[in-house]
Amino acid sequence: MTDTAASAPAGLEAKFTTCYMCSCRCGIKVTLENGKIRYIQGNPDHPTNKGVICAKGSAGLMKQISPARLTKPLLRKEGTERGAGEWEEITWERAYDILVKRLSKIRSTDPRKLAFFTGRDQMQALTSYFAKQFGTPNFAAHGGFCSVNVATGMIYSIGGTGWEFGGPDWDRTKYLVLFGVAEDHDSNPFKIGIGKLKDRGGKLVVINPVRSGYGAVADEWIPIKPGTDGALIMGMIHVLIANGLYDREFLLTRTNAPQLVVVDQGGEEEGLFWQADGAPDSDLNTNYVWDTVTNTPRPYGAKGVKPALLGAFTAPDGTKVKTSFQLLSERALSDYPLEKVAHITGAPVEKIEKIALEMGVTARDETITLPIEWTDTWGNRHDKVTGAPVAIHGMRGLAAHSNGFQTVRALSALMMILGTIDRPGGFRHKPPFPRPIPPCPKPIDDPELIKPNTALPNPPLGFPTKPENLMVNADGSPVRIDKAFSWEHPLTAHGMIQNVITNAWRGDPYKIDTLMFFMANMAWNSSMNTARVIEMLTDKEADGSYRIPFIVASDAFFSEQAAYSDLVLPDTTYLERYDVISLLDRPISEYTGLVDSIRQPILTPPEGCEPFQETLIKLAGRLGLPGFCGGDGKPLFRDYKDFITNWTMAPDTPIGFLAGWRGKEGRDHIVGEPNPDQWDMYIKNGCFFEFELEESLQYNRNINQGYLNWALDHKFIRRNDPIIMKIYSEVMQRFRLAAQGQRPGRQPATKAQRERLVKYFDPLPFWYPPLEDGAVDRKKYPIHAITQRPMPMYHSWDSQNAWLRQIIGQNFLYINPIKARELELSDMDWVWAESAHGKIRCQIKFSHAVQPDTVWTWNAIGKMAGAWNLDPMADEARKSFLLNHLISEEINDAIVGRVSNSDPITGQAGWYDLRVRIYKAEEEGSWPQFPALKTPPGVAARPERLRYTTRSERS
Amino acid sequence: MPQLALIIDLNKCVGCHACAVNCKSWNTSGKFGPLPEKTPYGKEPTGVWFNRVQTWEVGTYPDVDVLYLPKSCMHCAEAPCVAVCPTGASYKRAEDGVVLVNYDDCIGCKYCSWACPYGCREFDEADGVMKKCTLCVDRIYDTRLPEEERKPACVLACPTQARVFGDVQDTDSAASHAIAEGQGFRLMPESGANPSNRYLPRRKVKVTVDQEMITVRRAAAVKSVRKSVDIEEAVIEDFGF
Repeated sequence: MTDTAASAPAGLEAKFTTCYMCSCRCGIKVTLENGKIRYIQGNPDHPTNKGVICAKGSAGLMKQISPARLTKPLLRKEGTERGAGEWEEITWERAYDILVKRLSKIRSTDPRKLAFFTGRDQMQALTSYFAKQFGTPNFAAHGGFCSVNVATGMIYSIGGTGWEFGGPDWDRTKYLVLFGVAEDHDSNPFKIGIGKLKDRGGKLVVINPVRSGYGAVADEWIPIKPGTDGALIMGMIHVLIANGLYDREFLLTRTNAPQLVVVDQGGEEEGLFWQADGAPDSDLNTNYVWDTVTNTPRPYGAKGVKPALLGAFTAPDGTKVKTSFQLLSERALSDYPLEKVAHITGAPVEKIEKIALEMGVTARDETITLPIEWTDTWGNRHDKVTGAPVAIHGMRGLAAHSNGFQTVRALSALMMILGTIDRPGGFRHKPPFPRPIPPCPKPIDDPELIKPNTALPNPPLGFPTKPENLMVNADGSPVRIDKAFSWEHPLTAHGMIQNVITNAWRGDPYKIDTLMFFMANMAWNSSMNTARVIEMLTDKEADGSYRIPFIVASDAFFSEQAAYSDLVLPDTTYLERYDVISLLDRPISEYTGLVDSIRQPILTPPEGCEPFQETLIKLAGRLGLPGFCGGDGKPLFRDYKDFITNWTMAPDTPIGFLAGWRGKEGRDHIVGEPNPDQWDMYIKNGCFFEFELEESLQYNRNINQGYLNWALDHKFIRRNDPIIMKIYSEVMQRFRLAAQGQRPGRQPATKAQRERLVKYFDPLPFWYPPLEDGAVDRKKYPIHAITQRPMPMYHSWDSQNAWLRQIIGQNFLYINPIKARELELSDMDWVWAESAHGKIRCQIKFSHAVQPDTVWTWNAIGKMAGAWNLDPMADEARKSFLLNHLISEEINDAIVGRVSNSDPITGQAGWYDLRVRIYKAEEEGSWPQFPALKTPPGVAARPERLRYTTRSERS
Repeated sequence: MPQLALIIDLNKCVGCHACAVNCKSWNTSGKFGPLPEKTPYGKEPTGVWFNRVQTWEVGTYPDVDVLYLPKSCMHCAEAPCVAVCPTGASYKRAEDGVVLVNYDDCIGCKYCSWACPYGCREFDEADGVMKKCTLCVDRIYDTRLPEEERKPACVLACPTQARVFGDVQDTDSAASHAIAEGQGFRLMPESGANPSNRYLPRRKVKVTVDQEMITVRRAAAVKSVRKSVDIEEAVIEDFGF
C-alpha cells in the first residue's frame, strides 16, 4: 500500500473518494476551499477511470447546492391527501418510532407485507441482507426495468455479463460491434476504450435505430427496427456457420456445442443432454459427445476423445441424438435466411453479410498470441494464450424488449461461435465472474420458509435452473408481490419492480402494508403508465383508507416519489457519507483482477440528513433483526462504519463487504478477520483496493483450472468445475418439458401458462416479435418509439443540477423527415403521440440519424411541475415529456391474458416495445400536466441567480 | 513565439460534454471566474460556459453522420476580439499566445463578441464583463500541482482523450505531431483570424474481406454442414450463397 495523500495547492485541501453521479463509480479527487468544493477531477491512479471524468462527475458540486435538497424527515399531515404536499416536519426519533412500530407488527404477523424496493443503488448487498433478515421475500432493486435481460441472458449462457462484470478487451480489440448501446453505465471505461480503439485504427460498428453517442463515431451505422436485433444476430450466425467462420476449437473445448441432445420426442429426456445408463436429469450431470475415434458417446472432455461438432447419431441405447451445434446450425440456416432477416430488421442483406464476414474473418485471421502459460481444467498445460480482436457488447436496445432474453442468448451464441470470450481481444470477464451457469443461489422454493419473526434462509433473489426453484405456492400462485419467479416469469433474477405498485394496489397476489423505496422514482420516470400509477398511489378503499396503506421513501432530493409518500427520510449525497462498493454487490473489478472501493465524507451533511445506510443499520438494530443484533436482541454494530468493519458472512467465513486489508494487521485480502483500521487503509490508498491476478489466471477463466481453484479458495464460486458455456440451454428445456407434461415435479397451474412456457422457453436462441406487436393493431400504431439516455445525464438522477439541465432541459421527439413528410408534419411541430394505451403531446424535431419507422427521445427529462423544486413553469415540466405515459406496465397477452408487459422469461419490462401513431396537435405545450407539487418544508428557496465560487473574494 | 492551443479529435469525440462541464467546475472558482447562471432552476436557464459542445447532422438518411463539435476560444493569431476592444481589456499574451480579458478594464461593450467569428465569447451579465476560455492559465503554470495535472481542465477530463494541448509553434510538441499526423484543420479558415485551435477530421476505418478465401472456406463449410444429416442441400442453396 502506498500512501497517496491527494495533492492540492497550498491553502486548499484535497481528498479522494468515489463518484456516484452515476453507476460507473469512478475514483475522484475533490479539492476544497473555504469549506466548499473547489474542483472535482478524476483520480489518475484509479483503475476505473484513470484520471478522466465525465460531465456528470464534473457537475457533482452543483448537486451539493441543489434547492431540491430535503433536510428534515417529513410525515404526511394526518387527514391530508397523499401528494397534496401537506407535511409535518418530524424528528428522526419520531420517524424511527413510526417505522419500528409499523415494521415490528408486520414482522411478527406477516413479513411479506413489507415490500422493499430500491432503485439504482449499488448497495444491494446491504439492502437485500436487510430484507432477508427481516424475513420478507418482497425485495428487489431496479433490474426489472433496466437490463436484467442482458445480465441473465449472458449469465445463463457464458457465466458472466457486461459492464462491471465483463466487457471488451479495450487494449487489444480491433473490431467492436455495439448492439443497442449509445452510452452505458460503465461510462468512462467505455469512452476510454473507444478512444483506444480509435488510436489503434480499429473499426466500430453500431447497430441501433438511432445514431448518437458512441454511434456518432461509428465507422459503420446499421439502423434497424427496434426489437429485431435477435433476428439480425441469428442472421449473422447463419452467415458465419454457412461460411465455416466458426471457431471450432473454442466450441469444442469451452461450450456445450458438441454435447449430445436427445431428439426423440415425447419422453422425459426429450431435449435434455443424453446420459449413459439413464442417469436422472441434474445440474451436475456429465454430458456426452460423439467420439469420432470410437464412434460412441463418450464423456465431454475425456482423454483421447475427438468429438464431432456437427452431426446426428444413434446412441447405444437406441436414442436419437444430435450435437447442440447441429441443432443451432439447423435453426440458423433454416429459420433465418438473410432475405427474411432483412425483411424483419430493415437492414439490407449485403450489410448483414458484410458485417458478419468482417467479424468472422477478423476473428479467424488476426490471431493474438500471448506467451502466458496456463493449465486447463483437464490438466492440459498450454504455453500460450490466444485470442482474436473481435468484441461485442449489447445493452438496453436488446434488454428492454420482451424478446430480450432470447436475443441476448443469440448474442452470447454469436460470441461463442467467434470464440471471443475471455480471450485477448474479445469479451473478457471481470472477477468475481465467471460463475457457474447459472450461479448457485436459488430463490426460496418453499413458501413455508417465510414465517413471522424469522429471517429467510437465503436472499430473496436467485437463479432458478428448474421449476422446483420457483417461488410459487402449492396452487401455483406467486409468492412474491411482483410475481417474480412465478410461472409467468420464471427466471426473474432481478425481480420486477415495475409491477410492484400495480400489484399492491390491486391486492394481487395479496395486499401489503408498507411499501418502502430507496433511490427509486416510482411515481414518475421509473414507472411505466405513470399517470395511472400516481392514481394507484392515491387510491382508497371503501372505508377511506389508502389501498397501499403506507409508503416510505428515502431520497436526498424532492422527487415525485418523495411527494407521493407518507414518510420521507432525507438521505445524504455521495459526498457526505461512508459507503462501500463491494465485491458482494456490484464491484468495479478489472479484467486483470479485483477492485473494490469506498466513499468517505468530504463534506458534512445538512443537519437533519442521514445516510440511508445508517438508517438501515439503526432500523435493523431497533427491530432486533438477527445478523444485526445478538442473541440478546441488542445491536451488534455501533453504526454503518462499524458494521462494514466487523460484519462477516459467517463465523467460519471471514469475508466481509470490503476485500482489502483484512486480518488484524491488514495483511490479508478477500478472506480474513475484520481489521479495525480497514477504512483508514482504504483512505490512505486513495479509497480503493486492487488485487491483480497472476497473469496465468487472467484468461480462459471458464476452463482455467488455476483460476477456478483460486476463485474457489476465495469463495467466489462453490465448485471449481469448468464453467462450460451454453449454446444449448437445458434450463430452458426443463421448463418446457414441465409445460408439456413430460417432466415429473412441479407443473404449471394453467393451460395458458403451459402454452406460454412452450412458446418462449426454447433451449436454442430464437427471435420472436415483441409482445406488444401481438397485442396491438400494428397498422394503427405503425411507429416504434424508444428512448435514449443523454451522456451528460445517464443515471445521474439530476435534472435539478443547474449545469446539466442547461445542456438538456427540453426533450424533443426525433423523427426522420422521410416519415414526417409522409405524415405531413413540419420540423418543430407539436404532435400527439398515441399508443394503444394513452397519448401525450410533445414537440418533434427532424433528424436523419434515426431509422424512419422509429421515433425517439431523451429519457427522464420531463418532470412533474414543481418536482426537484424546479420552477413549475420550467421547460422540464411544460415542454418536456415522458414516453412512460404511453407504455403500459401490463399487457393483454394473446395466451395468458392480463400479464406484466415484460419478457416472459425474465420479467424485464418491455418498454422499448412501444408502438405509436403520430399526428399534428393544435395546441402547444406538453401533455399530460399535473397539479404543481408544493415545495415541502425544509427545502431552500430557488435562487434566481447563481454565482458559484469558492474564493473568498475576486482577485 | 509560442502559441498554446487545443487539438480536438472529432474522430474520438462522442459528445459527452465532460470537457464543457469540467471546465465550468474548474473555472467558476478560478482566477477568471465565476461562471454565473441566470434562472438556474427556472425557465430557460442560461449561464456562462467557456466551452460548449454542438451537435450537427451531416448528410441524409441512411448516409448520415452525427458530429459533435466542442468549441471554445481559438486563441487566434490575428484575434479580431483584441483588435476591436476599445479599452485594451482583451489582449493576447506574447509569452504563450493565450487570449485573455482583463476584467478590470472591460466595460462590457460586447464589441469583441460581435467580432469573434467563432461565437466563443461569454458575457457575464452579473459582473458586466466579457469572459472566455483561458486555456486554464491558472492551472497550467501552477507548480503546486503535480506536473501531469498542469493541463486545461477539458484535457484532463476528456474520457476518450480526444484533446491534445500544447504549443503549436513548437514542431516537436505533441500538439504539432497530432496536427501533422491527423490532418489537423482550422475551423473556418476564411475568417482571417488564423485560429490556433485545430480539429482532427473523422477517419472511417474499412475492413477488407478476401472474397477468394471466403469462397474456398465456404465450399468446405457447406460440405461439412451438408454432410451432417438433416440439412438438405436445397436449404443451403436457397440462401443465395
